[in-house]
Amino acid sequence: MKVKVSLQQKCFDIFNVVFMFILMIIMLYPMIHVIMASFSDGNMLLVHEGLLLWPKGFNLLAYQRALTNPAILNGYKVTLFILVAGCTLNMLLTAIGAYFLSSKDILWKNLISFFIVFTMFFSGGMIPLYLTVHKLGLINSLWSVILVGAINTYNMIILKTGFNNIPESLKESAIIDGAGHITTLFRIMIPLSLPTLAVILLYYAVGHWNAWFNAAIFLNDSNKYPLQLVLRGILLINDTAAMTQDVADTETWAAGESIKYAVIVIATMPILCIYPFLQKYFVKGIMIGAVKG
Amino acid sequence: MKYSTTQKTFKDRIISDFKKNKTIYLLVLPVILFYIIFHYIPMYGVIIAFKKFSLGKGILASEWIGFEHFRSFFKSVYFKRVFFNTLRISITNILFGFSAPIILALLINELRSKTYSRIVQTVTYLPHFISLVVICGMIVDFTSENGVITNFLSLFGMEKTNLLRVPEYFTDIYVVSEIWQGVGWGSIIYLAALTSIDTSLHEAATIDGAGRWKQVWAIDIPCILPTIVTLLVLRMGSVMSVGHEKIILLYNSLIMEKADVISSFVYRKGLLESNYSYATAVGLFNSVINMMLVIIANAISRKVNDISLW
Repeated sequence: MKVKVSLQQKCFDIFNVVFMFILMIIMLYPMIHVIMASFSDGNMLLVHEGLLLWPKGFNLLAYQRALTNPAILNGYKVTLFILVAGCTLNMLLTAIGAYFLSSKDILWKNLISFFIVFTMFFSGGMIPLYLTVHKLGLINSLWSVILVGAINTYNMIILKTGFNNIPESLKESAIIDGAGHITTLFRIMIPLSLPTLAVILLYYAVGHWNAWFNAAIFLNDSNKYPLQLVLRGILLINDTAAMTQDVADTETWAAGESIKYAVIVIATMPILCIYPFLQKYFVKGIMIGAVKG
Repeated sequence: MKYSTTQKTFKDRIISDFKKNKTIYLLVLPVILFYIIFHYIPMYGVIIAFKKFSLGKGILASEWIGFEHFRSFFKSVYFKRVFFNTLRISITNILFGFSAPIILALLINELRSKTYSRIVQTVTYLPHFISLVVICGMIVDFTSENGVITNFLSLFGMEKTNLLRVPEYFTDIYVVSEIWQGVGWGSIIYLAALTSIDTSLHEAATIDGAGRWKQVWAIDIPCILPTIVTLLVLRMGSVMSVGHEKIILLYNSLIMEKADVISSFVYRKGLLESNYSYATAVGLFNSVINMMLVIIANAISRKVNDISLW
């Protein structure tokens, strides 16, 4: 069946393509600007007006300063620790919870399920959480950050939906063969849900990488600060002093500016690099979550 | 596994359930403990909003003062400012930030080339993964006196000053950056709904002579309406909690009058000034309003559309 495309539709199509193109430029430009600025000379940046599409006065000074800064290196170390310990705990607890929520024939399941989902709608707030962590003696310990975020209910619901899609017969035959819950979970449910598990692992990992607020309120020692918190100090509280000590006073401001850009690139690079490969997983996660919704 | 049909009392069911499911209850115990410790104990802790709490005395021993904190909050000189800032930023954010992903999804869905559509999606999802600290760092830089955005706007006649120091611009800066970061990611769920629309509906409409515009109006939008309404109802639950993280990262003393919202106020009073009970009271006020809004929105949605969360 031949569909006649009217002039009006052709115009709209062209408009749509152009609009999307402009939109993509708007999405990408800020990062391009930052990357180019990070390779630029600080002084030239200060007087530059307009778009920055390539480095002005190419040099690697900003990176040199940023990469040798102990606070940044330390921040990376802390974030990596939180990432590994956190994700391990996240995956374990989320899998157990999802397994429980997707099981049948459990008397208290609905009550416990309500009890868990209710926390998505109401919480005690910032202060009571802080006081609870304080009471537990976790203030200034990295475990405060790790434990407080141990389970993300939304992720658990996604995994539960994934588990629900596994045919009941598989579970039943495992039980007949004498498998206990732990065996069923680890030998059947998990291997069959690898894509969904990958999705929530990604969600947790990105969450840990980008997190700063809980660390800000629970941690006191700056040597325990994760990367984003170190970044906040540099980008928003203008804490570039440590990195510009060797620079003459007039130059300090300029040097500080290009260092900020380098620091942004260093902190965001890992995510930007992995992103293209994992895009389909992120999208899948929302689809699964949406089906539940 | 069916039991015999003799009458079983509730107590019997509890006992047999426990015998049968002992291991799984044990297995899920850490999960339940997590929710109790980090969600329900803080919920109980909210009680300090009605007390004159002091760390030394602890929750139980602190004296009971009822609604005193609430009263002093409503009477305080900050109340109007903080309340209306929250409302203003939140409503603007919902008006533009909630609708933008829907429009984007509809537009992406109309793209003829699947490859182009995939590229657009990949690019527009990207900002969602950039950390908030980095985004705010970029905002601070781009809106500074010589920043990219400031320069761009000066082409339209705006004077070149540090945009983040002008109170009137804050809502716009906040909402536009929210859209920049979230429009792509937010559109995924609508795109998923759109692609699951039965193609025969569109085919039938084309045969009947309906143009693309008509089809969007008559087919696409009604089909994703349940998704839209569900998400909107959920969104109502965060009307009063304008994201404190972003505000805290961006605000400064010059724009407080328009940038301070309830959650950033709670942060300052509670965590920076250690005024725990007072801040908790304000936070509770916030949460209660959010809950009420969700319940009302859900009731309206159930009446009007027969769609509800529960």
